Amino acid sequence: MIVRIMGEGQVKLDDAHFVELNKLDDELLDEMESGDEPGFRRTLSALLDAVRRLGSPLPDDSLEPSELILPAEDATLDEVRQMLSDDGLIPG
Amino acid sequence: MSGVMKRMGMIFRAKANKALDRAEDPRETLDYSYQKQLELLQKVRRGVADVATSRKRLELQLNQLQNQSSKLEDQGRKALSLGREDLAREALSRRAALQQQVTDLQTQHQTLQGEEEKLTLAAQRLQAKVDAFRTKKETIKATYTAAQAQTRIGEAFSGISEEMGDVGMAIERAEDKTAQMQARAGAIDELLASGALDDPTGMAKDDITAELDRLSGGSDVELELQRMKAELAGPGADKQAIEGGQAGQGQQAPQAQPGQPRFDKQ
Repeated sequence: MIVRIMGEGQVKLDDAHFVELNKLDDELLDEMESGDEPGFRRTLSALLDAVRRLGSPLPDDSLEPSELILPAEDATLDEVRQMLSDDGLIPG
Repeated sequence: MSGVMKRMGMIFRAKANKALDRAEDPRETLDYSYQKQLELLQKVRRGVADVATSRKRLELQLNQLQNQSSKLEDQGRKALSLGREDLAREALSRRAALQQQVTDLQTQHQTLQGEEEKLTLAAQRLQAKVDAFRTKKETIKATYTAAQAQTRIGEAFSGISEEMGDVGMAIERAEDKTAQMQARAGAIDELLASGALDDPTGMAKDDITAELDRLSGGSDVELELQRMKAELAGPGADKQAIEGGQAGQGQQAPQAQPGQPRFDKQ
């Protein structure tokens, strides 16, 4: 599966790693919904590290669609919340 | 998976699809839709064919059962004629079981036949709809292409009108320039005539030269007049001399006549 880390690029991940990643991802969602900013920062960083560690980066000029997308390392909880609101990531 | 990764991915994809929708050529969408309808029609037809095959199989089974049934009936009749009532009973009871099967199969056959008719009708209706869609699709495509062409023509026209505007401006500028030059030429003529400007072509004369010319031109006229008066004073002498010359020529003329013999034969 191809995962994009916003602002960084795409990473190709073996499906076998998703059990591990899903745990972190669900944790991240919980923290985001409960407004736990320090927890959100910690989990996002751990999730991104795991994706980078387990996956192999795709070249910048590849045109593969991403199946999963992760916020950038420095994204704040509010920013991510806004991205996931009705307006979505791209306005319009 | 329902975490942040998934949700962000879904939003991204939804947005990308929306963006694609805008860029999509409606003609391609129509063709795609038509293709899908054809596939559906194909499925329905395959369904009809499957049902028809099942019906055929049932008919074959029914035939076999009926053959067996009549065979058992014959066997029963034969057993009775031979006085074997027990055998005849056995044959008839087997036949009865077969008859039950036949009745069941006939019910199934009827149901299948009904299904088949319904499906055939549906396939025909679908076919008609797909045909109608194809016509409509082609019309829409043609309209779209025409509209697109019209837009292009419109754009070209507005481009042309802009250019025409430019040409108009150029003509206006040229006209202005011509008028300006004419005005300037008129002014130069006046200035040259008045002597305020020197004529670089040397055509114009200053006032002194003009007066001298006028004076010398006048003396020429006087001289010409006197010469003509002198001619008129002695016209007779001149005329005689001319006529005499002509008479002399007349006397000599026979000798000089061309084509006449110069000497007599004497």
